[in-house]
Amino acid sequence: MDLSLIIMQLLSGIALGAVLVITALGLTIVFGMLGVVNFAHGALFMIGAYAGLYLASLTGSFWWGLLLAPILIGAFGMLIEFVLIRRLYGRSIDDPLLLTFGLSYVLVEGVRIVFGSDGIPFPTPPQLIGVLDLGIGFFPRYRLFVIVLVAVVLLALWLTLEKTRVGLIVRAGARDPTIMQVLGVDIGRVWLAIFGLGVGLAALGGVLAGPMRSVNPEMGSLVLAEAFVVTVIGGLGSIVGAVVAGLMVGISISLVALFAPEMATIVMFALMAVVLLIRPQGLFGVRGRTA
Amino acid sequence: MTHPSSGEVIAKPAPSGLGRLLDHRVLLSIAVLAILPWLLPSKALAVNVLIYGVVVMGYNLLFGYTGLLSFGQAAFFGAGAYFTGIAIGRYGVPWFAAVAIAVGLSTCLAAVIGIISTRTRGIYFSMVTLALAQLVYYVALQASSFTGGENGLRGFTVDRISLFGHQVNFLDPVNKYYVLMAFAALAMWFQSRILNSPFGAVIEAIRENEQRARACGYDVERSKLVVFMLSGAISSLGGCMLALHLSIVPLDILHYQTSGMIVMMVLLGGARSFFGPFVGAASFLILEDVISLWTPHWQIFVGAIFVLFVLFLPKGIWGTLLDVLGIGKARR
Repeated sequence: MDLSLIIMQLLSGIALGAVLVITALGLTIVFGMLGVVNFAHGALFMIGAYAGLYLASLTGSFWWGLLLAPILIGAFGMLIEFVLIRRLYGRSIDDPLLLTFGLSYVLVEGVRIVFGSDGIPFPTPPQLIGVLDLGIGFFPRYRLFVIVLVAVVLLALWLTLEKTRVGLIVRAGARDPTIMQVLGVDIGRVWLAIFGLGVGLAALGGVLAGPMRSVNPEMGSLVLAEAFVVTVIGGLGSIVGAVVAGLMVGISISLVALFAPEMATIVMFALMAVVLLIRPQGLFGVRGRTA
Repeated sequence: MTHPSSGEVIAKPAPSGLGRLLDHRVLLSIAVLAILPWLLPSKALAVNVLIYGVVVMGYNLLFGYTGLLSFGQAAFFGAGAYFTGIAIGRYGVPWFAAVAIAVGLSTCLAAVIGIISTRTRGIYFSMVTLALAQLVYYVALQASSFTGGENGLRGFTVDRISLFGHQVNFLDPVNKYYVLMAFAALAMWFQSRILNSPFGAVIEAIRENEQRARACGYDVERSKLVVFMLSGAISSLGGCMLALHLSIVPLDILHYQTSGMIVMMVLLGGARSFFGPFVGAASFLILEDVISLWTPHWQIFVGAIFVLFVLFLPKGIWGTLLDVLGIGKARR
């Protein structure tokens, strides 16, 4: 086994991890702000993939699907927050979790009714078909595109949160919503927007994953478990944690798949167990809130 | 008997006839289960209510009474079923010994998962239990030489059993129901003993206020671990019953959708009540039966009904009924 093969596998792992990062980020941002863990996150990821596929075939271009699906599903997420989750603020912390779990049943079955239970192939956009010669080996163009796009989205998100007025309000609201209300900020609107953003990120992850995985109504359940593992390893509510843990999980899955394929699905859970034994709050988590 | 658990003082009202009757909750529950096959449209449905009722009752110990929302109870339900099947089919162990072995091994599994997951709190606990249960699912999927992988575990049919010297035809649905009901009765007695013990009061104290329980000198971490194991043990007995009933173990039993179904059942019936899990299991299974008569997409309705329960009826059917009848906490 030579080094270049391992490097190529590493790159594959980063591409896989990039999708995990985007998905887990949506989960972790919503938790950090609203204190809500969205159990329908996997289902919304799946709906994002279907919406991307549908919009791409409607407009004839993958790029419209990539752009519009996260926006549309994000808006749908805002509707969910406005109609359902808003009623549960102030009740037990478990209630939003239970509600979104029930919702995931409805969403998955809804997709089955509309699109059928069988998987649908998601064609790779024609501009990104094929491989690129990196000097040490050939790497699929599409995966390279996923890595670059996720990096750009992360940068934009970071700049918005750290350098703008909106970001300031969001960060302050995560720390103390009551004070923000006293200062005249309509925190309900901030929560609405953040929930929409989180769901939009799940949908973006779904569209990006489409050409790499097969699109089917059950794809969300594995993604939900993966996103949970990533957020638990990184620390719930930590953006840096989601990025580091997402890449870590993606790379370990890829590398283990190279040496012991049957262990590939198991390795991330083992990683999570080890992290929990050493640091129950996760790598970048704050102690006290969750552990 | 006083419960130091709830913040309010539990005044025992002048016991009405119904209230006094509920003091014998185990006997009462057994009596209801004994006539259940004749109340439901099919014997198969009654057996399923029995099995899921035991699984959900074990889960209620964790979620309802201790307040720990686990999304990984399928791991123990499945472990009980798989261990029973493997012990009978692969090693030729007699069926009752297989059940004992399966419950023992499943409790060990619960200890391992419990040690890791009870280190976390709140929402984290739900996510970690879900992830660890998925780990068990993937292990069962990969270890196909033991578990049969995707096809499920087969080849351990129990057709007749010897009971105190009598040969009982286990394929007869009525015989099967009453043999399995003996297990359910044992589980109910055990659960009732736990709830009436000082330990039962401690776990309710943890649910009401963890910090206060700790300040009172209780070892919160160890209590959580013990209740996690007890809950896993009772749910795994349900798994053993399923294996004896079906003579196959489907892989799906370990999937987190099964854990979710257990959560739905306990909420539909009513968490924190003794008989609520059986009501929840029955309503869920009847709902599934009835809706799938006219559409294969029953999940969309069950999901929507569950959402409505979370929003408007968080105490579930049985819990709300007990409220309406004015039956106090101490009698549930």
